[in-house]
Amino acid sequence: MEEIKEKITVNNPHGLHVRPAAVFVQIANKFDSRVFLEKNGERVDGKSIITILSLGVHKGMEVTLIAEGNDAAQAFAELKQYLEKKDD
Amino acid sequence: MIKLKGIAVSLGIGIGKAYRIGQEEVTVPKRKIGHEEISREIYRLEEALIETRREITSLQKKIFQELGFDHSKIFEAHVLVLEDRVLIEDIIQQIKNKKVNVEFAFWTSIKKYMDTLLKLEDDYLRERVNDIDDVARRVLRKLLKKEIVSLKDLKEKVIVVAHDLSPSQTASLPKGNILAFVTDVGGRTSHTAIIARSLGIPAVVGVEIGTKNIKPGEKLIVDGSKGVVVVHPTERILKEYQKKSQQLVKARKAFHIPKVYKAQTKDKKEVDVSGNIELPEELPLVREYGAEGIGLYRTEFVFLGRRDLPSEEEQYQAYVNVARRVKPHSVIIRTMDIGGDKFLSQPQVPKEMSPFLGWRAIRFCLAQPEIFKVQLRAILRAAAEGEMKIMFPMISGIEELRQAKALLEECKEELRREKKNFKADISVGTMIEVPSAAMCADELAKESDFFSIGTNDLIQYSLAVDRGNEKVAYLYEPGHPGVIRLLKHVIETAHKNKIWIGMCGEMAGEPLFAYLLLGMGLDEFSMSPPRVPKVKDMIRNVFFQDAQRAAEKAVTLSTAKEVEKFLQEELKRMLRNEYERIVLT
Repeated sequence: MEEIKEKITVNNPHGLHVRPAAVFVQIANKFDSRVFLEKNGERVDGKSIITILSLGVHKGMEVTLIAEGNDAAQAFAELKQYLEKKDD
Repeated sequence: MIKLKGIAVSLGIGIGKAYRIGQEEVTVPKRKIGHEEISREIYRLEEALIETRREITSLQKKIFQELGFDHSKIFEAHVLVLEDRVLIEDIIQQIKNKKVNVEFAFWTSIKKYMDTLLKLEDDYLRERVNDIDDVARRVLRKLLKKEIVSLKDLKEKVIVVAHDLSPSQTASLPKGNILAFVTDVGGRTSHTAIIARSLGIPAVVGVEIGTKNIKPGEKLIVDGSKGVVVVHPTERILKEYQKKSQQLVKARKAFHIPKVYKAQTKDKKEVDVSGNIELPEELPLVREYGAEGIGLYRTEFVFLGRRDLPSEEEQYQAYVNVARRVKPHSVIIRTMDIGGDKFLSQPQVPKEMSPFLGWRAIRFCLAQPEIFKVQLRAILRAAAEGEMKIMFPMISGIEELRQAKALLEECKEELRREKKNFKADISVGTMIEVPSAAMCADELAKESDFFSIGTNDLIQYSLAVDRGNEKVAYLYEPGHPGVIRLLKHVIETAHKNKIWIGMCGEMAGEPLFAYLLLGMGLDEFSMSPPRVPKVKDMIRNVFFQDAQRAAEKAVTLSTAKEVEKFLQEELKRMLRNEYERIVLT
């Protein structure tokens, strides 16, 4: 079991609003690993759109991305890339 | 029988049953369940989620076909809400631990998340709670076995009654099933009004005492020409309107005259009569009503109803589609005319006190050149494939026009470097809708290829009247001497500077005022397609010389009433027995 954890600045112009959050969950769902997002000490399930929305993440905010499981490395890489992408 | 008075915004008569759209109150029963019921309640939850999912994917397909991929994307998020494991786990825990029925568990659980979102300091997310609310209600209806009849499933056509309709609500309505629209809020230039006119559906908005007394299923008559809604009409009134409605349908059919039908006066003065559109879907309507060119192609729809910005390619596809279909006739495309708040959800954009006077249209575009240039590039490229001209809205003075043109030049330079195909000599027009622009028309004319007068805003700004405000809407008078003198000045100035001038506001589509504008020398009249036949009929039945004389006289009168009365008398004399059909109906 692997766990990867890193702080990431969200660059998507719309932060993690409904559509980007949906894409995030869709990416996360491709993997077996558990995925979490943390903001200000609050941790939510990265495969749950409702809880991600409740974090209220805007562009430029810092979040901690955590992936944990067999395919954690790949899951982490793809999700990190999505969060850091400047356009969607 | 009750008669409600509102603002007439889209011609025609609709007779049928009321269909209310709005947020119904939800009452969720709470019931204690026994241990043996737990698994059944969980099963019901799964079933409801699966059924709702099916419903949403079919809605998604429909929106995809009607409005394209981007509008349908939001439904993916809706599906994810249904599959949300944190939510589902939460509901199941409630059923198991608190021993409550599934409806109650579901509603309290999802409500908790919606409340969290509502507390966020983020306007956009707060708004999007509606999306989750919509999904939640769908699930709840399944659980309660309360099938809400959806409009598209209705066997008969209905009259849509609502407090207000949002662009996304209107977008998801099946247009073929709608006889008329009635709303509490809005004015002639509100969203519902524009959509109704472009689809040729009668509409009354801004109903004075509100629509709250209209019950679902109640018989209604909507008179979109007079601004009257009759609730529960008597037999006699009903018969009267049915007859009137049949006459209208007949009259409309009679307008189906072949294309050769030029807008030419009896003394051979020819003008252009073209159509205003918002969506490419309206193009057949334009042709059906006998117009060929497009005097106003609004681009707001490419941007609304979504949160991300449409890419250059996406915009190009939308614009080129219109350019190609209208070719060889011309299309005047207006750059985006929306408020800045529509684009940026960040909290740094505060709510504006007077959005009409605020950060919108060209002001927003010049402040955000990186957004504006994407549209300009898409337009330049689309213009290479047809007769497309570009027009800037809300210009208040020459600096704004120069800045906009400089950005346009920058885009041309970029496209040139990228070796992309585009129209280098695209015609650039200024929309005259701010009084200061009208007064400085001479300056603007020197640097514009054409003008187009946007009367809806020009009148509002000149008379300082918000048409959407029922209390002052009566002051909105196109015939006001201040307005018509301003129009005369702009038209004369354009001609003095040898550029052509059109009008894309409502006023051009009203035969009475079109006569005045004809006399003032307006070159192009652009209007919502259903208005084209009557304006053309008026033009074909009058002499240009008479119209010129009438225009000279009209600007010397002192009140709007006098102006209107004078024009009515003139036209009565010219059109004789055609007057009633052309001007009054």
